[in-house]
Amino acid sequence: MTYLAKPKFHHPDLPKNALGFTHRDYEGSVSTLCAGCGHDSITGALIQTFFELSIEPHRVAKISGIGCSSKTPTYFLGNSHGFNSVHGRMPSVLTGANLANRDLIYLGVSGDGDSASIGFGQFAHAIRRGVNMTYIVENNGVYGLTKGQFSATADRGSKSKRGVTNTDNSIDLVAIALQLGATYVARSFSGDKQQLVPILKGAIEHKGAAFIDVISPCIAFNNHAGSTKSFDYVREHNEAVNRLDFISGRAPIEINYDPGTVQIVEQHDGSKLALRKIDADYDVNDRTAAMGFLQRHAAGGQIVTGLLYVESEASDLHTHLSTVERPLNQLGEQDLCPGSTALAKINAALR
Amino acid sequence: MKNTDIAAPDYFHKVVDCQWACPAHTPVPEYIRLIAEGRYSDAYMINWKSNVFPGILGRTCDRPCEPACRRVRVEDEPVAICRLKRVAADYKDDITARLPKQATRKNGKRIALIGGGPASLTVARDLAPLGYDCTVFDGDPKAGGMIRTQIPKFRLPDSVIDEETGYILGLGITFKGGTRIDSLKALLADGYDAVFVGSGAPRGRDLDIPGRQEGAANIHIGIDWLSSVSFGHISKIGKRVIVLGGGNTAMDCCRSARRLGGEDVKVIVRSGFEEMKASPWEKEDAMHEGIPILNYMVPKAFTHENGKLTGVTFEKVKAVKDDKGRRKLVPTGEPDEHVPCDDVLVAVGQENSFPWIERDIGIAFDDWGMPKVDPVTFRSTHPLVFFGGDAAFGPKNIIWAVAHGHEAAVSIDKMLNGEDIAERPLPAVTLVSQKMGIHEWSYDNAVALDERYKVPQRDKAVALKDIKAEVELGFDVKLALGEAGRCLNCDVETVFTPSLCIECDACVDICPMDCITFTENGEEADLRTRLNAPAPNTTQALYVQNGLKTGRVMVKDEDVCLHCSLCAERCPTGAWDMQKFFLEMTHAGPSCRHHARSAA
Repeated sequence: MTYLAKPKFHHPDLPKNALGFTHRDYEGSVSTLCAGCGHDSITGALIQTFFELSIEPHRVAKISGIGCSSKTPTYFLGNSHGFNSVHGRMPSVLTGANLANRDLIYLGVSGDGDSASIGFGQFAHAIRRGVNMTYIVENNGVYGLTKGQFSATADRGSKSKRGVTNTDNSIDLVAIALQLGATYVARSFSGDKQQLVPILKGAIEHKGAAFIDVISPCIAFNNHAGSTKSFDYVREHNEAVNRLDFISGRAPIEINYDPGTVQIVEQHDGSKLALRKIDADYDVNDRTAAMGFLQRHAAGGQIVTGLLYVESEASDLHTHLSTVERPLNQLGEQDLCPGSTALAKINAALR
Repeated sequence: MKNTDIAAPDYFHKVVDCQWACPAHTPVPEYIRLIAEGRYSDAYMINWKSNVFPGILGRTCDRPCEPACRRVRVEDEPVAICRLKRVAADYKDDITARLPKQATRKNGKRIALIGGGPASLTVARDLAPLGYDCTVFDGDPKAGGMIRTQIPKFRLPDSVIDEETGYILGLGITFKGGTRIDSLKALLADGYDAVFVGSGAPRGRDLDIPGRQEGAANIHIGIDWLSSVSFGHISKIGKRVIVLGGGNTAMDCCRSARRLGGEDVKVIVRSGFEEMKASPWEKEDAMHEGIPILNYMVPKAFTHENGKLTGVTFEKVKAVKDDKGRRKLVPTGEPDEHVPCDDVLVAVGQENSFPWIERDIGIAFDDWGMPKVDPVTFRSTHPLVFFGGDAAFGPKNIIWAVAHGHEAAVSIDKMLNGEDIAERPLPAVTLVSQKMGIHEWSYDNAVALDERYKVPQRDKAVALKDIKAEVELGFDVKLALGEAGRCLNCDVETVFTPSLCIECDACVDICPMDCITFTENGEEADLRTRLNAPAPNTTQALYVQNGLKTGRVMVKDEDVCLHCSLCAERCPTGAWDMQKFFLEMTHAGPSCRHHARSAA
């Protein structure tokens, strides 16, 4: 960690977004994580994402659980809403907040311990319900705060810093999310912002449950030879299926692509995802094929990254529940207690 | 781009903008840190070694360092480097014991130095402790040259000049005051081993327009008038005074006139206010004393009645660009303006003048009457005669004269040791890590936005009554500490070791100025467009290192780096380190000589 505050100085020619903010306006307080932590790079990517999307910080709610990853919301978007919940309970707090105020952008920040162990059930149900959110798991395969025990996402056969081999099978959160019906599923790497930022942008603009597994090396306890979540291992075994260009709003596509190499996916809000295919056979709209592809490559020790699945006409929990457009927390007494005439009508309908 | 070679002394020297801009290359951040620590004597000695006249320069320097200061690029106003130098001089203890000792053994070589100003005194200071027998000749009774005669006492008291010239003359130098050299031929005939000409640019340019002769009694040449004021020959001037000219001499003239009875003093310049040669702060000081500066007025004639000056007529002009883009002054067509006055001070420039150098002794002059001088060795076409200061390349300022003096002294020392003077010594450079422990650095690395502190001044009413009352009072200790804290420590360099880097992006994310980028290599022009923040300032280098595992390069734009150490703080592997770059120019002496270097 660093004891110095980041100075208020900024580059004199720093670009501004449509709101007149620089990316410095999207920062939080200085990180207290270990120097070099992958999570800090994800923080950097989130800052860049919200800056480039010109989203007002106060329109965002950051919700997290417990752990190194769950500390990170303090380090970005200092002027947004935040809730640091109980260990593994981020999904239910987020679901509740989302039901109460559907107008905010929900960002669930979690880790492999928070989501694959203590909060595994919570994770499953929030995905299953299709809560409109961006669910990020900062996945380092290790319990960093308790000095480096294997987490549930550590690969079988990988070695701990002390040389112990992991004998348990690992949970692949991407596979689970696909199986549980997430409508936007991606995996990326904290050391590759060029890949991560467009994936984050697509997820934020996606209406439905977006799940992103970000491999984020633990610099203190999981960046050694024998680890499958180290900088070196991930760089060597990274199998990107596509490269994403995010095109916001209804802007026409001005980039020229070679025909056949690019697939355009239009999302609910009109934003477009231009996918440059790296693996020609990979179909980003085929859930079952994606699951098979993942398993085959995982067996070969490859880490599949990129946008793995997207459903362009996704729907969310509010759609399923047919809630009103107006956020529930803005409904007044008049709306909630329409009076005895309305009650009589309802009663009559039930006779 | 190729890997940046940080072992080349110039690379990090350029990053220390102030030191690079200083003609004498004074290690500015080093002495500012010492001031912050209250080590005024140490700070003074660093200055004394490098620029010879810290107390004098701390009041009068033209400050080429300040416009170069990185604070200008990241905030607004530069660190008050010049006035901090004065702090070192004001608060130091007795430093006489730390000065070089008089040479116990003379080496038998005799050096004549013509003119007792900053250039000659620098040469003498560098050479005398080595055993050279130095004799300084000056037409004035006391040493200092233009420092003493042309700079008004309200900017630079005599006591400071006496002290700092005294340190030099105390090194066993013979000073022959009141001895004007009339013939260089005769001096050379005396058998000196080398002669240094530091006689300045002593002649003020005149303004030859109608009425000059008739009004002569009330028309004065600026620098001559200033020196008469300085020696007490002149103690008053008319109530209405016009100063013609826009340089620093004009500013000294108008402010002096204001103190000698001038109530309505005006500065009138040919060109625009912005184009004036005077330093912005000197213009400010003049205007603060109620002196208006009128621009775009070209003097046409001095008017006079019954043999007495009555005023000056001016033609009004404006600046236009011709088709070649050159700026030209053309009449506006408005009627001429007559400005009545009692006295005029002409400060329209200075010229060199060498009537005392015979043209047949082997010293070549150019068409403008200037000696042909090598800009590196400062040797003229006569093997034993060297020039420096204003005498070499026309009017500049004190700090340039000092820089010339050091180089000329190196040349003389090498020549008299039988070496090729064209081979110049390299500066002495060290680069040392400043890491003291985890999150501990040996310098104050917390940087903050902080406006420049103002130097307290004497009350205007009091200052204007006494021409010897120093206007600036100097920073007190508290203000000095605040101002010293504004220094960004640009000499503590970010040094990158690619073999240690794991490309975790921690430095990229934390850098407050977005200076650092990891990207694919390319040509400089292309790389500059692909960095995390714009890098349009091509005068500042890109620090490029390859050898990373992903095949990318680390590119750091040195331009607006705050030297805050956050990259090194956040680096998990120590690939970034903060290392102090200390550069000292090599002055005359054994270390400037070839055989000493090869033996080392």
